[in-house]
Amino acid sequence: MKLREIVESLGLEVKCCGDRLDREVTGAYASDLLSDVMAKSKAGDVWITLQTHMNIIAVAALNDLAGIILVNGREPEEATLKKADDEGIVIMVSKEPTFEVAGKLYEMGLRGGHGAG
Amino acid sequence: MGLVEIRADLHIHTSLSPCSDTWRMTPRAIVERARGLELGMIAVCDHNSMRNVEAVQRAARGSGVVVLPGMEITSWEEVHILGIFQALEGAWAMQAFVDENLPGENIPEVFGYQVLMDENDEIVGSEDRLLAGATTLKVEEVVEAIHRFGGLAIASHVDREGFGIIGQLGWIPETLSLDALEVSWAMTRPEARQRFPEISKWPLLRSSDAHSPEEIGRAWTRLLVSQGTWAELKMALKGEDGRRVLGGS
Repeated sequence: MKLREIVESLGLEVKCCGDRLDREVTGAYASDLLSDVMAKSKAGDVWITLQTHMNIIAVAALNDLAGIILVNGREPEEATLKKADDEGIVIMVSKEPTFEVAGKLYEMGLRGGHGAG
Repeated sequence: MGLVEIRADLHIHTSLSPCSDTWRMTPRAIVERARGLELGMIAVCDHNSMRNVEAVQRAARGSGVVVLPGMEITSWEEVHILGIFQALEGAWAMQAFVDENLPGENIPEVFGYQVLMDENDEIVGSEDRLLAGATTLKVEEVVEAIHRFGGLAIASHVDREGFGIIGQLGWIPETLSLDALEVSWAMTRPEARQRFPEISKWPLLRSSDAHSPEEIGRAWTRLLVSQGTWAELKMALKGEDGRRVLGGS
């Protein structure tokens, strides 16, 4: 599935790098502890979080994440947007909280693939 | 001026922190324990408040224990940052700024009691603000404000996942001008350096983060200074004029 389908289906507002919505999404991860995201997320994941500090961009770049969905209508900080633009990381904003966003992505067929096994 | 070695425990909570051992973590108990451990310098750092600092300072008069005014501020990202101030006035200015940016009201039965005491351990009031909560201040704003009000900004327990800056933000942002990092009692400084090599760029303090009297001094830092003052602590962190941070407990 492509980022574009997620943006359209969930009605997300794209804050950065709308020219990269053809990126293929292969999974998803939801967490607000950046150290945890660095350790557990996988390349191709779309990341659901409420953190807006600019470190989220480097985490996404480091793990080659497909994009970041900020929840609860949280606005990315200016420094974050600038860094996202530099790194080409897609930032999307949902008005809904994490649980709803994750549930909708799950319904669309996305899986985390991070089970205990 | 000759230099001497003093023991410093720069992160101690009081009855004001909701998570503390409320009825035992009193100004006099703190001073008594610090004196027994021969701590030359302590900093009182309650969550988002410095309103019990003065009581501990008064209780410490004549004890030989220097009490620095401090506060452990929770940033919007839920990172804990210690502000340790040169003067009470600076700490009050920081308090006013934190008060303006700290939403919520405490529910004592849920989060714990937030008790204000005087130097004789008499209860003088309780704090209604939600000290367990996070401010709406970005971590950069917290550090900037601490400096503006004449304080040293120290990232708390950087080795802890929850509320530690590395756990919350993945690593220490280059944009932050921290004066030092604190390693928690749970880990020695060499262990912390091995696990998080990046922290070696900052002076490392080790403190107890005590929430009960017994926990005071479970970790401390030895400082080589001319006397136990905030200015000397600052010089030690900067390594000026022979002042420096030595090993810890």
